[in-house]
Amino acid sequence: ISCLVMYLLAEFDDAANLLAANPDATTISIDEPVEIPKNQHSRLQEPGREEDDELLGTDDSDKTELLAGQKKSAPFWTFEYYQTFFDVDTYQVLDRIKGSVFPVPGKNFVRLYIRSNPDLYGPFWICATLVFTIAVSGNLSNFFIHLGKPTYHYVPEFRKVSIAATTIYAYAWLVPLALWGFLMWRNTKVMNIVSYSFLEIVCVYGYSLFIYIPTAILWIIPQKVVRWVLVVFSLCLSGSVLVMTFWPAVRDDNRRIAVATVATILLLHALLAVGCLAYFFDAPELDLPAPIIPAHNGTTVITRSH
Amino acid sequence: FPGLADVSIPQDIPVEGEITVPVGSHSPDEDYSTLDEPVKDTIMRDLKAVGKKFVHVMYPKKSSALLRDWDLWGPLVLCVSLALMLQGGSADSKDDGGPQFAEVFVIIWFGAVVITLNSKLLGGTISFFQSLCVLGYCVMPLTVAMLVCRLVLLAGAGTVSFIIRLIVVGAMFGWSTLASTAFLADSQPPNRKALVVYPIFLFYFVISWMILTFTPQ
Repeated sequence: ISCLVMYLLAEFDDAANLLAANPDATTISIDEPVEIPKNQHSRLQEPGREEDDELLGTDDSDKTELLAGQKKSAPFWTFEYYQTFFDVDTYQVLDRIKGSVFPVPGKNFVRLYIRSNPDLYGPFWICATLVFTIAVSGNLSNFFIHLGKPTYHYVPEFRKVSIAATTIYAYAWLVPLALWGFLMWRNTKVMNIVSYSFLEIVCVYGYSLFIYIPTAILWIIPQKVVRWVLVVFSLCLSGSVLVMTFWPAVRDDNRRIAVATVATILLLHALLAVGCLAYFFDAPELDLPAPIIPAHNGTTVITRSH
Repeated sequence: FPGLADVSIPQDIPVEGEITVPVGSHSPDEDYSTLDEPVKDTIMRDLKAVGKKFVHVMYPKKSSALLRDWDLWGPLVLCVSLALMLQGGSADSKDDGGPQFAEVFVIIWFGAVVITLNSKLLGGTISFFQSLCVLGYCVMPLTVAMLVCRLVLLAGAGTVSFIIRLIVVGAMFGWSTLASTAFLADSQPPNRKALVVYPIFLFYFVISWMILTFTPQ
């Protein structure tokens, strides 16, 4: 374990960003000799091990014992306060996007990737990209669907950009706000082990919308079956990220409320996808089968009888 | 201090002289008051500065002239002319047409402000107006593309004209993005360059899309 701790200390040069697994764990200074973390580590691990391990992952539980971070100490009217929300490097953003697209069963997105360093870069620019992707893809798809018709005159449909922007930004900010308020309220009734800050919830929602960007591009294909398969597929991926994040936050609560909360989260997510598909993308033309002509049978009977 | 009691300035002798100590040699600007020059000179000096910046955008050579003496005249002229040329896109109903003048104007300025804020929040060292200046000047290739598109559309609106417009707009989009990246990339921390370049890419992509989908009435 001492080797593991040394390896971890070398790996994270700012270990200040790691969150303690238990809220009331004593913080461990890096300067202390290695034996002390080992003793405290084994003592603190026992009560929380069974509950949080399956979602923290067995290799995370060591890392999360280290220092709690000193973040966001500037007053909110200074520019530096907002800079703390953009304290991410390129590889971190790419890792978080990868984590939202390939959800690993059993790994909590917030614990694994956010680790008390929520950023606003990802949610903001993923939403902006999604807005323009949906508007542009919808426009292109309508263009290809109506291309052959003589009465069709191409219009850029620019108004839809503002509608898309309002919808997606409202979803990405108001739903986390409502969810955060709801979780805070339930926390006063039932003591939950896991609780998230507002920015972490915004982060999860923002990154979970990333899968809709390639989905929106593929929705240009004017086949109903393809589009619905894409809806279901992307809903499964991003929905599973959301479920695995929020299930530990509500499972200690009343069973029905927990299930209802998770179901509502999934329902709103599905509603967003289906609503965007229905509003921005016209229905593709159906290929009608050629009508069967009954006279053909009559004539063959006549010819055979001859 | 007994000696100071004797110091007194007689009332009838005026005291005058220069307080400033001349340092080195005067450059021509410092003791040449611009208040007295003809108006033509004032305007020509500003026009030459704007023109020099246009040339720098067309041949981005990593010089810092654009950054050092920023001005917003060039971006304003480009934005207004682009918005005017995009005016009057076709519409069956008022709701489905192309962007109106105010929409283009707001998208360009608001987009530039958001990108500047983004790069500053990520730890960039460039100042607010310098970044606005660079982003605004780099809209110039796209304005040229809009001009070319309108001329091509005068000749006809078929598939050939669409392919020509696509190639021209695509090339100018690449040129804009590369020019602004050349100017702005140095002021970013090295492990966040991609995070700053991507919004610039998105910004010019949206403007290119508006130009490409312009269909006259």
